[in-house]
Amino acid sequence: MASVSIRALRKTYPGAKSKTILKGIDLEIPEGAFTVLVGPSGCGKSTLLRTIAGLERPDSGTIHFGTRDVTRAEPRDRDIAMVFQSYALYPHLSVRENLAFGLELRKTPRDEIARRIDEVAPQLGLGELLDRLPAQLSGGQRQRVAMGRAIVRRPSLFLFDEPLSNLDAALRGEVRVQIRRLHQRLRATMIYVTHDQVEAMTLADQLVVLNGGVVEQAGTPIDVYERPRTRFVAGFLGMPAMNFIDGRLAVVDGVVRARAAGIDVAVADDRLGDRDTTIGDRKVVIGIRPQDVQLSAIKPGGIDLRVELVEGLGFESHVHGTLGLPNGTPFVARVEGGDSRAHAPGDTLALEVDPGDVHLFDPETGLATWA
Amino acid sequence: MSAALDETGGRRSPIEEALVHVALVLATIAALYPVLWVVSLALSHGESSAGRVLPIPEHLSLGNFREVVGTHDRATGAWIFGRQLANSLLVSLSTAAVGVAIATPAAYALARFRFAGRERGVFLLMATQMFPGVATLVPLYLILEKLHLLDSRAGLVLVYATTAVPFCIMQLRSAFESIPVDLEEAAMVDGASRFQAFLRVALPAARPSIAVTSLFAFMGAWNEFILAATLLSREEAFTLPVALQRYVGEHGASWGHFAAGALIVSVPVMALFYVAQRHIVSGLTAGGVKG
Repeated sequence: MASVSIRALRKTYPGAKSKTILKGIDLEIPEGAFTVLVGPSGCGKSTLLRTIAGLERPDSGTIHFGTRDVTRAEPRDRDIAMVFQSYALYPHLSVRENLAFGLELRKTPRDEIARRIDEVAPQLGLGELLDRLPAQLSGGQRQRVAMGRAIVRRPSLFLFDEPLSNLDAALRGEVRVQIRRLHQRLRATMIYVTHDQVEAMTLADQLVVLNGGVVEQAGTPIDVYERPRTRFVAGFLGMPAMNFIDGRLAVVDGVVRARAAGIDVAVADDRLGDRDTTIGDRKVVIGIRPQDVQLSAIKPGGIDLRVELVEGLGFESHVHGTLGLPNGTPFVARVEGGDSRAHAPGDTLALEVDPGDVHLFDPETGLATWA
Repeated sequence: MSAALDETGGRRSPIEEALVHVALVLATIAALYPVLWVVSLALSHGESSAGRVLPIPEHLSLGNFREVVGTHDRATGAWIFGRQLANSLLVSLSTAAVGVAIATPAAYALARFRFAGRERGVFLLMATQMFPGVATLVPLYLILEKLHLLDSRAGLVLVYATTAVPFCIMQLRSAFESIPVDLEEAAMVDGASRFQAFLRVALPAARPSIAVTSLFAFMGAWNEFILAATLLSREEAFTLPVALQRYVGEHGASWGHFAAGALIVSVPVMALFYVAQRHIVSGLTAGGVKG
């Protein structure tokens, strides 16, 4: 096991279209934690993982495993195992030989290799497949072999590079649970890269949201979800995405309110930074998650949501509409029940929001007002 | 029997079907006619082929083969055919071995590493493929003469390697580029050095391409005539194509012997193709990565 400490890590790909992928990453990964790096395509999450693996050399900055500086160490000297998005199984070797490959290179005695394979293969349901070639396996089976190849090594650090992205949805859910169980059993330090927010939220002890080569926010999944530090994090996590409305802050009778066309809501104190309580009028971006609203029959004085279309998903529905006037601010609300006919286009519904569920962001910096 | 489908999935009429078959049969006859004549000539010992239209010998005989294989040197009495066959085999196998041995690491480096002069190097390698071997005949002759390698198998291998190596590099570079780099990276994370990753992962994954490239390099050397005919002058140094050409001389042609010799020269290539086709299996790398 090892903790990972990353300091001021920078990486630029040279060439005519020189591009800085990592712009000074600082990150602490505690020993035994399951850390998920999440972000959109091109945010630098895979490059960061590959740099931790030693497959990419950083331009500057340091990487420590525990107290050991591994910044310039070769991948083979880092005591890591990696599960690739493509699985990267050696095509000319059987499943057994694939599992044994890393141990053989490290001069592990033959009987020890056999013992470890016999131990790991049944856990992953690979017992019957040991003599097959990768080409003779299904996608799910290949994924399990790739996991097995990492586990038999007993490394101090596991790295996963979008390992579920090539599986179908049902299998993805199944393997996700397997990976979480694996972590609970091994308590090994694991770093997992994904662009899938469901994987990120369900697997992580520590969630790290990356954007444009910088860490936007790191913390427990629920903390990052409930108190997004930036507008980007708020918009990236959550399905459907958070509604953003350009508005203004105002203090009315000592209560801070966020206002925009068709909306006027009170804001809880913990959503505001110290400076906001003293500011009367300023521009803000109001953020409201679709599931944080209550819809009901029209009540005078409330916020009106004019329904444009309803997506019924069976277990819930997404109501798309506008606030206030027919051409007002677009807004999406999530409601229980999956019958899309519960609300018809043209209906007007009353929308309520708890002050604690209103997020505010600076229109210039994108930072949350409390940050 | 199901009706045939055309390339757009529509059914052909019986007349169209018949016309297609007639065209195919005619094309096959046109392609096989000269080959059948070679077989016929080889099996017609001492007969004249003049005036015959169909390549069918009147009397089947293996006499031509016996005489070609049994060729002995008039002066020394040495079995000259055996010597020439050995020359051909040795030169062709050595050319393939030298070509692939030099080309494999070079092709890997071109496929995987970025270094100064890489693009220009590839361009130069391609440029060498644009010139026919004859264009370099004179300088090659002079170089071999200086090196005292004229009339030697080593000299011929050296000359053949000048075209075989660039050819093999270009072939194998594409082969290595088609192997996902993830495989070698996985090996390096697993504990391999870059060289071990090349040796234990990239090389086995490229095995079918290496087999095919070797075969082409072998065939190039095996069939080559002009360079060998120019650079070799002693009969015991000849390769088989040069030896064969002696059956068709200025003052007469022994077509039966020539045809028998041509068939004998074709046999090793056909055998190699047969063996290599087991390696030319598409998708050996399939399954290693997503798919």
